[in-house]
Amino acid sequence: MEKKSMKGWLYLLPAILFLGVFMVYPLVDVCIYSIEEGYNSASQTFYGYGKYNFSYVLRDPYFLQAIKNTFLLVIITVPLSTIMALLISLALSSIKKFKELFQTIYFLPYVTNTLAVGLVFMILFKKTPYSDGMINALIHLFGGSSIDFIEGPYWAKMLVMCIYTIWVVLPFKILILTSALASVNPVYYKAAKVDGTSSFRIFRKITLPMISPMIFYLVITGFIGAFKAYSDEVAIFGTDLNASGMNTIVGYIYDMLYGDSGGYPSYASAAALILFVIVLTITCINLLISNRNVHYS
Amino acid sequence: MEKNSAANKKRTEHPVRKTLVYIFLVIWGLVVLFPFYWMILTSVKSYSSYNSEYVPKFFTTSPTFQNYKDAFTAVPLARYFLNTIIFTVITTALMLIVIVLSAYAFARLDFRGRNITFTLFLSLMMIPNELVIITNFMTITNLGLRNTFTGLILPSVTSIFYIYLLKENFEQVPDELYKAAKVDGTSDFKYLVKVMIPICKPTVITIVILKVIECWNSSVWPRLITDDEAYFLVSNGIQEIRENGFGRENVPAMMAAVVIISVPLVVLFLIFHNKIMEGVSRGGTKG
Repeated sequence: MEKKSMKGWLYLLPAILFLGVFMVYPLVDVCIYSIEEGYNSASQTFYGYGKYNFSYVLRDPYFLQAIKNTFLLVIITVPLSTIMALLISLALSSIKKFKELFQTIYFLPYVTNTLAVGLVFMILFKKTPYSDGMINALIHLFGGSSIDFIEGPYWAKMLVMCIYTIWVVLPFKILILTSALASVNPVYYKAAKVDGTSSFRIFRKITLPMISPMIFYLVITGFIGAFKAYSDEVAIFGTDLNASGMNTIVGYIYDMLYGDSGGYPSYASAAALILFVIVLTITCINLLISNRNVHYS
Repeated sequence: MEKNSAANKKRTEHPVRKTLVYIFLVIWGLVVLFPFYWMILTSVKSYSSYNSEYVPKFFTTSPTFQNYKDAFTAVPLARYFLNTIIFTVITTALMLIVIVLSAYAFARLDFRGRNITFTLFLSLMMIPNELVIITNFMTITNLGLRNTFTGLILPSVTSIFYIYLLKENFEQVPDELYKAAKVDGTSDFKYLVKVMIPICKPTVITIVILKVIECWNSSVWPRLITDDEAYFLVSNGIQEIRENGFGRENVPAMMAAVVIISVPLVVLFLIFHNKIMEGVSRGGTKG
């Protein structure tokens, strides 16, 4: 018996080692870092313990800007992308011809490199002295005047950011909702048809409740994903996000850790813990709402 | 399937409505594909013709492949490519060993503390990467492993989610096979390699494909851990090209580099799209 036990642990050993070093230990360590005041990464010394790191981060204008950007991004993209995904999936599930072709095309952005395709988006929206850019050409066509979306006004930069984020997150949501719609038991539709129910009512009373667990799953993961936005911003605005005023919370953490403004793991840890608390709070609120409104069969 | 279409018939029998649905789907298809079209189009425009178009043209009459040559000669794109392939192959191989062993332990071996360990593993899934990356960065830096493949690879060789996925699949293999193998005197390890893995091959392949995509696109950790160009992966390479490469904002050459970087994954996707989509809908997350 004892030998058998040993064997089990032996098989688990590699995973436990890796998880211990790169997940469990860091988890404890990040909490310690966050309360070590005046940590110097060169000499690895600090003055003492306290909550100074948190108050520093919360008063840092760059962090406040990052909070504002991240919240705007979350509030705009999560509902919009979920609704768009729902509309597209409904359209997809109502057709038979070319369905698979459309599904495959829609999923393509998922497998592409965010930084690479972000560069294309930047080119599309950018305005330079010698080129107006594709999007501005379109705006001209409809009688508007051109705007620099990459280095121009804040709202324009935010707009590009949201458009790119939605473009990136939609493939996953469409995929999940399409398979949720396909798994609704057709008996319900048949019964409704016998009763002569209108199609809008069918959607409200049958489809929506049946797929509501999946919609909620997407909303929750969407919130978590959007709060951690970072790579998409780098792809469009370059690595110096503070300079362009488009930094996100995760971007702030990395900037504190590394690069020209880096070398402050304590501030980074404090910011990371603040982010964790925000995400945890929002997820709990989401779960509370979902328990009341979601139909689990 | 037949029942489903009968039920849907009422909703789709209006031809006008059906046309509208198709128009909507085609428009979204164009939105998805347009950036890809634009990057290929721009990549075959010559530097001078691109810069002479104040309003960009939607087609080109004289395509050139000069940009692709530049992409390989003016910047070390081949080096970035090779690095990414090395990183992807080693990470995926090591991860497979780690997760197969753990999934087997959880699914088949009987030992004290198995269930509680599994629960602990699952609870670690909730820990966001941002929280642990700070210490990992310090660990790798203090070990002097910056700008090495070891430093790049080590933190990403375990995935609890894939352990979970594989364990579920292993458990579906009938117990009788295991008992028969035991009677024949087959060792656990041999049983795992000769019986379990071949039976669960579809899941293993899905995991490999998803991990390859993840490795190919990873950018945050490589950026933190490498500042020597000799160790850049394609993601960092593209960022470097954008900020310092080609000089004078050579957009067509940049786009050629983007096309080259995107091709391997798009090809992989076109071959395996069913497997990839199935794997992701079983629980991949992103966005």
